[in-house]
Amino acid sequence: MSIDTPSVNATAPDPTSAAAARRDILHRLLMTLGPILAALVIAGCILLAVGVDPLAYYGYVLEKGLFSPLGIQQTLTRMAPLLFLAAGLIVAFRAGMWNLGGDGQFLLGAVTAAASAPVFVQLMPAWLALICSFLIAAAVAMIWSLVPALLRGYQGVNEIITTLMMTFLGTSLANVLVKLVFRDPGTTVPQTRTLPVEDRLPRLFDTTITSGLLLGLAAIIIVHLVMTRTAFGLKLRIVGANPRAAIHAGLGVPGLTVAVFAISAGLAGLAGAVDIIGVQGNVRADWNPAYGLAVIPAVFLARMNGFAAIGFVFLLSVLSIGGESAARRLGVPNHFTLVLVSIVLIVLALAEYVDHRYNQSRKA
Amino acid sequence: MTGLFSEVFLGALMFGAVTAAIPLLLAGLGEQMSEKAGVLNIGIEGMMLAGAYLGFVGAFYSGSLWLGFLTGAAGGVAVALIMALLCVRIGLNQIVIGIALTLGLEGLTALLHHFQFSRSYPRLPAANATVIPLLSDIPVIGPAFFKHHLIVYLALALVFGMRYLYRHTQLGLNLQAAGDKPAALDVAGIDVIKTRTIAVLTTGALAGLGGAYLANVGAGLFIPFISNGAGFLGIVLAMLARGRPVWVLFGALLFGVCLSLTTAMQVAGINIPTDVIQMLPFLAVMIMLVLFGRRASLPAALGIPYERGTR
Repeated sequence: MSIDTPSVNATAPDPTSAAAARRDILHRLLMTLGPILAALVIAGCILLAVGVDPLAYYGYVLEKGLFSPLGIQQTLTRMAPLLFLAAGLIVAFRAGMWNLGGDGQFLLGAVTAAASAPVFVQLMPAWLALICSFLIAAAVAMIWSLVPALLRGYQGVNEIITTLMMTFLGTSLANVLVKLVFRDPGTTVPQTRTLPVEDRLPRLFDTTITSGLLLGLAAIIIVHLVMTRTAFGLKLRIVGANPRAAIHAGLGVPGLTVAVFAISAGLAGLAGAVDIIGVQGNVRADWNPAYGLAVIPAVFLARMNGFAAIGFVFLLSVLSIGGESAARRLGVPNHFTLVLVSIVLIVLALAEYVDHRYNQSRKA
Repeated sequence: MTGLFSEVFLGALMFGAVTAAIPLLLAGLGEQMSEKAGVLNIGIEGMMLAGAYLGFVGAFYSGSLWLGFLTGAAGGVAVALIMALLCVRIGLNQIVIGIALTLGLEGLTALLHHFQFSRSYPRLPAANATVIPLLSDIPVIGPAFFKHHLIVYLALALVFGMRYLYRHTQLGLNLQAAGDKPAALDVAGIDVIKTRTIAVLTTGALAGLGGAYLANVGAGLFIPFISNGAGFLGIVLAMLARGRPVWVLFGALLFGVCLSLTTAMQVAGINIPTDVIQMLPFLAVMIMLVLFGRRASLPAALGIPYERGTR
């Protein structure tokens, strides 16, 4: 799989900074697109093995996910919740906290938004109602993360176990809430009351793209800037790099831990809210898109860089929207998208390793 | 409702609990070994799915459950081999690769199932139990614990085998050193990479076996996403057990009882969502953690790839 050994900056004879920057961007582009191509080839072999024409499949993926006007709009819409999730994960991972509970926080945020928004829109102007729903969704997700945060901050209990358990709990709780508490009496299928389309987040211009996309982009860019450009971000990164050193530097590590979890979970809750208020309109029982699981590796591959994460989230969205359509047209189950995403992640990780090794041996 | 606590009902409930606990136990024991050796194996869910699928295929085409267990374990090992290669040998990020493997195997097994079995949904005949004489005549406990397939007793024996391994053997010590201070192990002349690879492959075999049990004995058929979080539960169990195999057993039984209870409630026609009962074991563990949460004793080098010569 080392087809893509970087050939770009092999010879770099003291270039001017502009040329170096251009070379760097070109190199990164190649190091991203090359592995994706390689992954497509490997995944294509699997398609061939099960008797599906890979070219037709990828053709449909690109046509629907990227090139058709309707498809690209769906892709951009899908990005909105993923961007919020990625933003939340960037905060947590940069601070060295493994918040693997994103899906539970996401679902609780979604259910909260779905339950509150239809009530709020009857009480107050729509814009205020949506803001209130967003805030309460974020607040519920934050409260949900309080137990792992306090346990980690004050007792040193490993947050991987606690957040994983809270995500199982949260998924069940979300279902219980949909089935027993917020169930729409007007329907036979268990689901929450549907938010009327005119009260949802406005769409951008004349398209079907949700304005949640802009919110998501704003969230991830703000998070990136806070983490890289502010004192608060520096503190969190110190905690992430070496918690003991952070204590010696006089940082209130337990308090910062709680803050990190609150921000991370709050953003995951907002992801749920933006998906419900912007797109779905209601939560059906047993609905769990499990976005978190795909976003976690993407954030790692982006090296917790907000701008790179936007790129990876876009890629994930293209694959998932395009994959759904291609699967439908070719009569393949949609599960192949999972395989494709998996291979893309593995090959990207491998390419990064090869690149790193190559750079090291060049320096030595 | 009156028969809810009858002897037969309790026996069936406990029988179901043990059946549900075995895959969790195998996954937990496997994950425990990986974690002891310093590898956070998040791909275990994928290994279970590979084991469930290949285990079912093996048992279905050969007609032998044992061959099914063997192919299941082999399936788990195959996935673990990728994990060992990428995360132990060349040191890629364990969380990225683990999640990617889980996603990939979820998709791949579902896809293969679609092309092979989605029209017929074939079932295996019920596994024949090995009834232990005398012990199985004890009321409630007898039918609950002593009328299972032989593999169940082997899995229970494995708990004590693992205990022996960690306490009394060189390999056991090597595994723990690989997780706590790999550099020291290296200096002692033991190959860290090899030790960790053994751990990851064993995890794969156990997780694959757990998956095969889930499909062949627990359900009698393979359905996509059959593991349904059992691998992640295994991770939770392994971390809660703090390195003790017997604790994994207790944890697995606790979760098994709750899983069995959900089925029993549905059969008894009790009208609360199964989600409520599914929450119970997690609630219990979270409360335990809140009350008794002390500093978790995880291996110091957990999740950190070992590279000779780096600090």
